[in-house]
Amino acid sequence: MILAKVIGQVIATQKESSHEGKKILLVQKLTLQNQLEGEPFVALDSVDAGIGDRVLAVQEGFSAMTAVGHNDAPIDAAIIGVVDAVDLVEME
Amino acid sequence: MYLGKVVGNVVCTVKDDALVGQKLLLVRRDDGDGTIVAIDAVGAGVGERVYVCRGKEASFAFKGVEVPTEATIVAIVDEVQR
Repeated sequence: MILAKVIGQVIATQKESSHEGKKILLVQKLTLQNQLEGEPFVALDSVDAGIGDRVLAVQEGFSAMTAVGHNDAPIDAAIIGVVDAVDLVEME
Repeated sequence: MYLGKVVGNVVCTVKDDALVGQKLLLVRRDDGDGTIVAIDAVGAGVGERVYVCRGKEASFAFKGVEVPTEATIVAIVDEVQR
């Protein structure tokens, strides 16, 4: 799982049936310093996150499918939590 | 999943049996990580913005058929609101 930020929402009328009725969000990984890192990716939302939220995201099929309640669906990433706070005790 | 744009078609006469009847499209990734061949599950065509499911999960777009794909177009993008 990674910490990420929701940077956009994807609107798609024509989509695979398992994606229907789900919010489709564009997210980008965050560093522990809260900086955006890497390239954005598309994830299905399971927690009603929105643009600007810091979230917990999975980038693996089984966990993503489980989060949105679809087994054997073409889903490889999902948002599974909205982060309230991260308490970083010791920096490497 | 990642965003991309359909930039071409791929035609294969000789292919895995499960690929017969599937549309193979070239998708240029928005993240600059090159251009890949993806199987279309939603009726996408050249010039359209799409997003692609990667990995084993990509084959789940074809219910009941074991399609050997690691990249499947699962939606045609109308708009990205930022």
